[in-house]
Amino acid sequence: MQAGAAIAASGLGKSFDEKVVLDGIDLTVPAGTVFALLGPNGAGKTTMVNIFVTLLAPDAGQVQIAGHDLVSDPEGVRSAIGVTGQFSAVDTLLTGEENLRLIADLRHLGRVQGRRRVGGLLERFELTDAADKPVSTYSGGMKRRLDLAMTLLGDPQLIFLDEPTTGLDPRSRRDMWDLIGELVSAGVTIFLTTQYLEEADRLADRIAVLDHGRLVAEGTPDELKRRVPGGHIGLHFVDPETTQSAAHVLGVEPRNAGSAMLELAGDGSPASLRALLDRLGDAGIDPDRLSIHDADLDDVFLALTGHHAADPEPQT
Amino acid sequence: MTSLAYTLTDSRTMLRRQLKHLLRYPSMTVLLVGMPVVFLLLFVFVFGGQLGAGLHDAYGAGRSSRDAYLNYVVPGILLMTVGVAANGTAILVAMDMTGGIVARFRTMSIARASVLAGHVLGSVIQALVGVVVVTVIALAIGFRPTGSPLDWLAAFATLALFANALAWLSTALGLAAGSVETASNTPMFLTLLPFLSSGFVTIASLPVGLRQFARYQPFTPVADTVRGLLFGATPSASTVIGAIAWSLGITLACYLWARRLYDRRPMT
Repeated sequence: MQAGAAIAASGLGKSFDEKVVLDGIDLTVPAGTVFALLGPNGAGKTTMVNIFVTLLAPDAGQVQIAGHDLVSDPEGVRSAIGVTGQFSAVDTLLTGEENLRLIADLRHLGRVQGRRRVGGLLERFELTDAADKPVSTYSGGMKRRLDLAMTLLGDPQLIFLDEPTTGLDPRSRRDMWDLIGELVSAGVTIFLTTQYLEEADRLADRIAVLDHGRLVAEGTPDELKRRVPGGHIGLHFVDPETTQSAAHVLGVEPRNAGSAMLELAGDGSPASLRALLDRLGDAGIDPDRLSIHDADLDDVFLALTGHHAADPEPQT
Repeated sequence: MTSLAYTLTDSRTMLRRQLKHLLRYPSMTVLLVGMPVVFLLLFVFVFGGQLGAGLHDAYGAGRSSRDAYLNYVVPGILLMTVGVAANGTAILVAMDMTGGIVARFRTMSIARASVLAGHVLGSVIQALVGVVVVTVIALAIGFRPTGSPLDWLAAFATLALFANALAWLSTALGLAAGSVETASNTPMFLTLLPFLSSGFVTIASLPVGLRQFARYQPFTPVADTVRGLLFGATPSASTVIGAIAWSLGITLACYLWARRLYDRRPMT
């Protein structure tokens, strides 16, 4: 067991009835880092988080959270962690401020300090205007921000974010990423689950890929990307007709009908690009624009698991 | 702070949360208090004239049989008030358990019993509000108890103790239910049991089998104790002991049951 690890799990297993959900997970998260657990729906991500945050008991294995044994010292674990899940852990019958005050009271912050911290968090999370409104009237993004603010009230060393941006619109998602970025620079350890590759790539120091209850890969985003050969080249044309002719010349299919773009496998080396452009030039076609893509995590996922990250897991 | 002090502080915080819920969404309370009031009026003004025949001597010499029945039935209605409030608690607990906030509480280092204690104390307060409202209305339509203020206080304490027992019972039922629909059905017997006790008619008037059941079920000693106190007729020691023993016994058993359900209830 590594010293200074925020999470250290070995041989972690969990089954519901006959179905194995987690199968011998070994995982170490160093303190002060962001760890992303990546996997499609049903891979076992939420089960793993629920075990780590003491909501579920593991069937097998050893887990230490912030130096506390999960089974013998759950109270120690609870005093070190904060949790924000994909389903808002807020009291929808109370106002935003009352929710924060409730948590401040349960953290025994005291009247003066509690009031100050609540006011500060409302401001930081842009909820001051809505502080006196019932949470049932909040938008999804506001609920998620309140949820995270409630989590931060306890000054946790380790924060679990279970799909923190699932169901949010693009703007709320970017806001959430900025907030998570601020937490990281404040030195908090974050364990994040997500099905969005962009999110893991952007936020995490290390990524583990979970599929059918097993970790199929672990490493930095760059290490994972390196495990997949090549990327692809994007050719953009002025109109769908030109795209069709180019597709015919190159012997590929546009990704969808009516698209003005073609994707070709390739690593973007000058020789391969020159050859490509020559073939199009011989046919009298000029691409409008050209882009080169490194392998992204979706490619990684496909290579590691045989299916796309966004696809539901195949029926077994 | 000691762990007991934490439990008390956290329970008070949870009670505050519960009272905010009850004040902000008063329709449940209105319903739970309104139902026994309707039954009080129904039993007194519709059935009272008939049911009160033969009660003149004990519950109001020189009064009409309707007024005599009013004096007799109020303790029964008060028990119904407490039972109906408990019924509502099971629904509130089941609703709360499906929400994300309780999942958050479970991951926090707070006294485990405090979430349940908040519900139980909120339920007791709600039941006692009902008891006061029903009593005031009963007095307004002619309820004339003869007990001393101390007797009144003792009667109120008996009801509070019993309300606490039923609140733990309904909290456990709400936890065990698994769905809000189930939680609204399973505690229905709490509304029914006062009818099968000495609350509405004398036990002597019941057929033999039912009489045996009524004599030994918890609502009867509580009804007899409250009625005895309110009418200055000191209830027998066995009746008082029965009322207290049932209340404490149900409280203890259901507290342990509820704790076990809360601790092991898996997150889905």
